[in-house]
Amino acid sequence: MGQLSGPTDPTADAHWEHNHPRKGFFTDTSICIGCKACEVACKEWNHNPQDGNLELLGSSYDNTGALGASTWRHVAFIEQGQERIIEARESGRALVNLGMPRIGPPAQAAPAVTDLAEADTTPPDTADFRWLMSSDVCKHCTHAGCLDVCPTGALFRTEFGTVVVQDDVCNGCGTCVAGCPFGVIERRSNGTVKVATSREEQHAKHPEVPNVGIAQKCTLCYDRLVADETPACAKACPTTSIKFGDHDDMVETARERVATLHAQGMTEARLYGANENDGVGGTGSVFLLLDEPEVYGLPPDPRVPTADLPQMYRRAGMAVAGMAAAAALAFLGGRA
Amino acid sequence: MANADCIIIQGSNMAECHPVGYQWVAEAKARGAKVIHVDPRFTRTSAVSDRHIPIRAGSDVVLLGALINYVLTNDLWFKEYVTAYTNAATLVHEDYRDAEDLGGLFSGFDPEKRAYDTSSWAYAEKGDGAIDEPGPGSEHGADATARAAGHAFGSGGPPLEHAEVQRDDTLQDPRTVFQIVKRHYARYTAEMVRDMCGIDAADFEYMVRAITENSGRDRTTCFAYAVGWTQHSLGAQFIRAAAILQLLLGNIGRPGGGIMALRGHASIQGSTDIPTLFNLLPGYLPMPSAGRHDSLEDYLSVIGSKKQKGFWADADAYTVSLLKAWWGDAATADNDWAYDYLPRLTGAHGTYETVMGMLEDEVEGYFILGQNPAVGSAHGRMQRLAMSHLKWLVVRDLNLIESATWWKDGPEIESGELRTEDIETEVFFLPAATHVEKAGSFTQTQRLLQWRHQAVAPPGECQSELQFFFELGQRIREKLAGSEDERDRPLLDLTWDYPTDEHGDPDAEAVLAEINGRHLDGPDAGKPLSAYTELRADGSTAAGCWIYTGVYADGFNHAANRKPGQEQGPAAPEWGWAWPANRRILYNRASADPAGKPWSERKKYIWWDEEQGKWVGDDVPDFPVDRAPGSKPDPSVGGPAALSGDDPFIMQADGKGWLFAPKGLVDGPLPTHYEAQESPVANALYPQQQSPARLVFPRSDNLSAPSAGTSGADIYPYVFTTYRLTEHHTAGGMSRWLPYLSELQPEMFCEVSPELAAERGLEPYGWATIISPRSAIEAKVLVTDRMRPLAIGGHTVHQIGLPYHWGVGNSAVVSGDAANDLLGVTLDPNVQIQESKVASCDIRPGRRPRGRELLDLVAEYQVRAGITIETGNRAVTDPAAEGIEPGPGKDGRTAGGPG
Repeated sequence: MGQLSGPTDPTADAHWEHNHPRKGFFTDTSICIGCKACEVACKEWNHNPQDGNLELLGSSYDNTGALGASTWRHVAFIEQGQERIIEARESGRALVNLGMPRIGPPAQAAPAVTDLAEADTTPPDTADFRWLMSSDVCKHCTHAGCLDVCPTGALFRTEFGTVVVQDDVCNGCGTCVAGCPFGVIERRSNGTVKVATSREEQHAKHPEVPNVGIAQKCTLCYDRLVADETPACAKACPTTSIKFGDHDDMVETARERVATLHAQGMTEARLYGANENDGVGGTGSVFLLLDEPEVYGLPPDPRVPTADLPQMYRRAGMAVAGMAAAAALAFLGGRA
Repeated sequence: MANADCIIIQGSNMAECHPVGYQWVAEAKARGAKVIHVDPRFTRTSAVSDRHIPIRAGSDVVLLGALINYVLTNDLWFKEYVTAYTNAATLVHEDYRDAEDLGGLFSGFDPEKRAYDTSSWAYAEKGDGAIDEPGPGSEHGADATARAAGHAFGSGGPPLEHAEVQRDDTLQDPRTVFQIVKRHYARYTAEMVRDMCGIDAADFEYMVRAITENSGRDRTTCFAYAVGWTQHSLGAQFIRAAAILQLLLGNIGRPGGGIMALRGHASIQGSTDIPTLFNLLPGYLPMPSAGRHDSLEDYLSVIGSKKQKGFWADADAYTVSLLKAWWGDAATADNDWAYDYLPRLTGAHGTYETVMGMLEDEVEGYFILGQNPAVGSAHGRMQRLAMSHLKWLVVRDLNLIESATWWKDGPEIESGELRTEDIETEVFFLPAATHVEKAGSFTQTQRLLQWRHQAVAPPGECQSELQFFFELGQRIREKLAGSEDERDRPLLDLTWDYPTDEHGDPDAEAVLAEINGRHLDGPDAGKPLSAYTELRADGSTAAGCWIYTGVYADGFNHAANRKPGQEQGPAAPEWGWAWPANRRILYNRASADPAGKPWSERKKYIWWDEEQGKWVGDDVPDFPVDRAPGSKPDPSVGGPAALSGDDPFIMQADGKGWLFAPKGLVDGPLPTHYEAQESPVANALYPQQQSPARLVFPRSDNLSAPSAGTSGADIYPYVFTTYRLTEHHTAGGMSRWLPYLSELQPEMFCEVSPELAAERGLEPYGWATIISPRSAIEAKVLVTDRMRPLAIGGHTVHQIGLPYHWGVGNSAVVSGDAANDLLGVTLDPNVQIQESKVASCDIRPGRRPRGRELLDLVAEYQVRAGITIETGNRAVTDPAAEGIEPGPGKDGRTAGGPG
């Protein structure tokens, strides 16, 4: 077993002997248009069932609610007034001023993009209203709680550094569900509806839902990666809000983008998941957010449960030693 | 669009409705462009724009007019461009009177015919006369309306007798177009924008600064619009207003400029180029009209005069080549190339007139393809009731859409108006192949043809349209075989011989080759044509659509070109093929100054190369390639030879961009603000409330709500507007049957502001009933700050948003009430498009009544509002103010009796 916390190369930790760079997403929510093409492309490619009861959820234009066993990409819609926008701008600026590592280099000259030299870089007026859209996905953590707690070995670390469930190994025990600090992985219930995958099937009655009872989540399109293809969601994204590539490049691109936005006065921009010293050792999927993570339903300080294992073992060891000492003492005392 | 420095999206929700095309806006923004979204609602487009400017639906001409006025009064127009390239200096005939002088009407209005005689709008001729249309006399507006003649200008302007115009290059003569435009918009001010559009001074200032600072030699601004501009009773004029502004700022024919018409479906542009419209032949040749176009000679003399400037003068070659493509050897010089095989129009046969004809039992059968009128067309109830009068109905679709099932589970079955057992219509459902199950081309908004290969064979009995029509034609021809009847000749003589695959599906490339055309005689006989300039009127060429000639040059399918953009120059000529001549920006001669030099290094595109003696650049020059910038040929020569070196608008009869339209429009030569057919706001600019030439249909099943200032207007106090969501496709035929899309937007809803919700007691995510004079529907309520009440002339105007994707039926994964049931039928007279982006309604909490009680609710509102058939349907609002004798008939403005 490799490290349980802190910066590391998860692929090497998993004893893959090759030079595959770690793969990941960079989801830039500042250019997301909320089209949900990622949700649909994901379901199409992975043949995931429809879920939900086909009623309005009561959450702006979001009707799928959250990531789950059958929804592996989820677009959140958040409507905000001016007060909240000012707060977000301030909190983003504060992150830079504090020099917190997860925000990347403080505002520097924007990278040389065509014509930007002539662009208007005065800070935008603070709008009195905004509508945030953000496509969430499995984080493929450096230290993945789901994988670390899986008792059957169904979850494994791939050669791309991603975390994938082997459907035929998983016994549906559900330990991983509690192990994920992001609430991403779930067991598939049978309340979902299988969707025909061809036009011939369309009129078949209630086809069987696959993998019921088994833990399911984003595979970062493992089956596409082995064929050197881009994951379905990134491929479908019309504005390149979802970018896919080598993890290091993604983090670099994300940092540059934050710097550009800060230079334009959008100090609300910040990164999420790019800090390898955080509670999960950084994530494979990094995000550029325009407000606090909680606003998007993301935990502000995710922590993999196994990060505490060494300390727990130490404490347990001390307890054992203490017990042994007490027992010895009692025995010795008894003799005395 | 990626080259623009500022993008104004108005009348369009581009990010939601054109998410793939939106990548170019995203790219422009990444390069530093400013993006402004002007829309009644804060949408997903607004969310990614620099600023959202809320506007009252239907008031766009006030805003655009005020921008024009600002540009003119502050001297911000692009002088060299405007003087040389537009008709600013051209003189208009002295009989012309502007709407400013006549209370909102232009000279020539005939209140009896509800149409203009447009002759006084003509250019002044040298001497005293006016430059009329070619052919026998001027066509009256009412006749042009019946042909919806505006559609014919999809690839060029209206014809003129000749181009020998009078000019005053100082622009000082009060009869110059420039001075007329200046006077016309003088009262379109920032204050008027505040009071009529609900846009405050700061927003107006921001917009006008963004546009003017990003126009000129170094920078360009582009506009993008969609059906938010077109679907109005003066829709064509919304776009005209943007055209005037863009010409004044020099933003036409240049990279990053233009007015982008975002088309609604994958190949809607294709279906106007090779039309599904009643009034057009391929390539925007007009459909012949009985009386006006009786012989080929009459037709050709009217559609493009040999004496006018530019390439429309060659319309005879385009027409004869089309006839040769359709009728081959049966088209000869002796029979006028089979011109008499073409049907003649006798009046308007647009979709709404056809539907009303069904109600009169004048139509026996109906084919519905790629359309779901029971849900997607205005006035759904009229659509469905009309279909119940048919003898037979064929619906070809992917799914059992509501237009195929209204007879068993439609709203009129529920209300008791129809009983299934009484309906005699025989309904045939024929399953269709999807876009991945057939080959062919899509023509998108940039006029770009992109080839689509077949990925899989269609399942079961599903067929492509190509196969269906090919087989239908074959069967009809078999039935007619041996007929001696003259009227069967057009069918029997058709060239109807396409190679098919093993499933009987015709080879789409063979059709493309026919459209492209070929030489018929000479050494090249049988070879594909490579440019429309090779077309001849002597029967030696055949081409199914002249503007597409070149797509199959050298026998190669250029629509299938797929060289990635990053591997080629800025115009990317090797991705797909754009009509005409693979030209990516139309009128690109205007990207250089009159002397032929680029306006700036930054916006360099096409320029005159002195050494080579020709136009060169990044794109295919849209100009006679060797015509030097300073050339001044005699305009009386006619045709392309008459184009001066500074006539970039080569499809216009005078070579100039038209600020003022002397011909072609039937409802006014300059865009003028009128309120919609139904509006809670009085027109503050003119006594005239609505567009006088709008097409109304005063019928008991098509009642209109009273407008502001008339009794009963407060019964329907709110404005509603209809639109699409990213997650669904139009009337839902391609999305509501798909679980993955249905779960993303499962239910019909309405969007209202928190203020309106409080005023009417609407609960968030509860039910509401929306009532118009046509129908009442129910929807879930989305209360959101994205909807904002507007202060209009001291009143608050609430707007309600209604997506129109759902319909009533049992076949789809998700269903719901149809927003379009609320709409009436009022049309733009130029192109017969319905006004579906603004109308009046009431809203109240709770679900709608069922059965008979629904009809009672609608009737109760009509009675309370005192609506009659005449309500809202007068052509001239206040005849006294216009100096017109009031005609007979009661006026809805003062009448109060129950209808």
